[in-house]
Amino acid sequence: MLLARVAEEKIASLFRGGRITGGVFLGKGQEAISVATGIALKEGDIFAPLIRDQAGRLAFGESLLDFTLTYLGARSGPMRGRDGNVHRGRPRDGLLPMISHLGAMVSVVNGMLLAHRFQGKTGTVGAASLGDGATSTGAFHESLNQAAVEKLPLVLVVTNNQYAYSTPNDRQFACADLVDKAIGYGVNGHSVDGTDLAACLQVIGDAVRTAREGNGPQLVVASNLRLAGHGEHDDSHYISSHFKKLPLGRDCIEVAQSHLLRNGWADAPSLEVWARECAVQVDEAVAFALREPAPDPALEEWCALSHRHLAEGNPGKP
Amino acid sequence: MITYLEAIREAQRKALENDPRVYLYGQDIGLFGGAFKATKSLAQSFPGRVIDSPICEDAMMGSAIGAALQGMRPVIEMQFADFSTVGFNQIVNQAATMFWRTGESCPITVRLPSGGTPGSGPFHSQNLEALYAHYPGLIILTPATVEDAYSMLLEAIALDDPVIFCEHKYLYYHLKAESLPETALPVGKARIARTGRDATVVTYSAMLHEALAAAEELATQGWEIEIIDLRSIKPLDTDTVLASVARTGRILAVGEAWPWGGVTAEVLARVATDGFNLLDAPPMRLNSKDTPVPFHPNLWGTHRPTASTIANALRDLLRL
Ligand SMILES: Cc1ncc(C[n+]2csc(CCOP(=O)(O)OP(=O)(O)O)c2C)c(N)n1
Ligand SMILES: [Mg+2]
Repeated sequence: MLLARVAEEKIASLFRGGRITGGVFLGKGQEAISVATGIALKEGDIFAPLIRDQAGRLAFGESLLDFTLTYLGARSGPMRGRDGNVHRGRPRDGLLPMISHLGAMVSVVNGMLLAHRFQGKTGTVGAASLGDGATSTGAFHESLNQAAVEKLPLVLVVTNNQYAYSTPNDRQFACADLVDKAIGYGVNGHSVDGTDLAACLQVIGDAVRTAREGNGPQLVVASNLRLAGHGEHDDSHYISSHFKKLPLGRDCIEVAQSHLLRNGWADAPSLEVWARECAVQVDEAVAFALREPAPDPALEEWCALSHRHLAEGNPGKP
Repeated sequence: MITYLEAIREAQRKALENDPRVYLYGQDIGLFGGAFKATKSLAQSFPGRVIDSPICEDAMMGSAIGAALQGMRPVIEMQFADFSTVGFNQIVNQAATMFWRTGESCPITVRLPSGGTPGSGPFHSQNLEALYAHYPGLIILTPATVEDAYSMLLEAIALDDPVIFCEHKYLYYHLKAESLPETALPVGKARIARTGRDATVVTYSAMLHEALAAAEELATQGWEIEIIDLRSIKPLDTDTVLASVARTGRILAVGEAWPWGGVTAEVLARVATDGFNLLDAPPMRLNSKDTPVPFHPNLWGTHRPTASTIANALRDLLRL
């Protein structure tokens, strides 16, 4: 989670320096729940991260280079300049490349799990991340219901960071607690303090194990506060100061660090060493990506079909 | 004799038989056999591979995408083409972009029971091929014959790209053939359904049969109309269209879909840009009226092109 924080801060500073094309979206404050999800998943599992999942991506096994190559628009990145920033993944490795449309990735995870069932692959789990805002979509409803009907090993991790862009919870949903939705779908619901890494590891670990053992979909709702703008273009002036004083407004990294110090599992100098090591890794990955060539429109295939012979040219062009 | 609908069922049966990666997913398609019985008895023959879905077109498509990425070949039955709009986002933004974004192919066949029948009204009659054709990354098939319904569905399932398979409900029971074909034209090739030298009609799906009837009528007056069945509207076989226009000098494009944009507009745009010098008369097109599809048979029969309106349009084209 520290590496994710350091990596995202680096990209944010490059963004401020005008070095990034397109948006930058940070998971600041969300690393605990995200990393817990990545850690609980194993090789062969499926992960559909969203915009605040840098920590979970790294824990699931995505390389730091995929992150820097994509943000910096290198041709050699997994998306080859065709898509950018958080819209990256490697489906063959079980890492789905999100489309922007919120809620749309959940049923794709369902399909991959359904395929595992057809193919006799047992014991796999698929996790999908969503925000509080995405729970209002039809796609959320359709996909969670579908997973429940098929009893798929889906773990749906909803991080309620109190806002969807500028929209607070009270303009987003009217139920007392998002986890109450679980019963309506006939799935297990789990709540967790999203600022507490230890709790996240415990609760996500339990949810993933329960799904893996064949007990159907699990809905996890983590509560925290978005500690950054919606994207780096956003000053988030609308976030109420009331939340910042509450426990859910804590920074999960600070909470985790004091937990380590309090238990004597690490001392202050070693925390500094970790941060420096992360910075070195990030700087190397950024430097590498900056040296990589950008996509060249003349070399681009401009073909959206895998069957090239069925692709249409540009009619009317000489 | 085998009907268009039976051909669709037999193609699915053959695909299930020959390819263990194939499964069918849609509302009421299991033991019930589907709203039109396009999957009748398949659930019994292929246990666990013909699956009833909840009413969730978005999640039906999303799960098909996931399964396809994982090596399966899903065939999705939309109960009616009209309801595919609920799954539109997954089709056009996720399935259609997948190969281009990731290099991973997304072999899905989406069956859309399309087009009007008397009494089916605004929400069970739509022709959405142009909507899907607008998006890069999809193949759009519009079979007009029993033979094509069979062979093109098999080819759709075998293709590695997502295919929107527009099967016409009006043809389900009306259209019959002696037997199923062993061979077929490949996807992307249009077929000359009737040869002629005086004018070309370019059409597809159920309108082929109206156009053939119109050509029959004009033949009694000595006019020879060439009729092209596009078969696939994306890719669109511009070469066959232009070659025909080179012979006849006149073109009428006919579609049952709405007039704004769409297949007939695309065909004429291509002829105008690539074959302007071949034309002896302004190109013409004929579509349904620009209203929702009406329920009452009297209104419905006037809403869409028919043999007689096509024959009238041809008389205009021939300056009769
Ligand atoms: C279907 C859809 N509508 C609108 C948007 C634009 N949009 C992107 S992120 C966002 C807010 C998401 O809020 P939430 O789900 O709570 O996630 P968070 O950003 O808080 O992590 C919106 C409205 C979108 N991506 N998809
Ligand atoms: Mg939110």
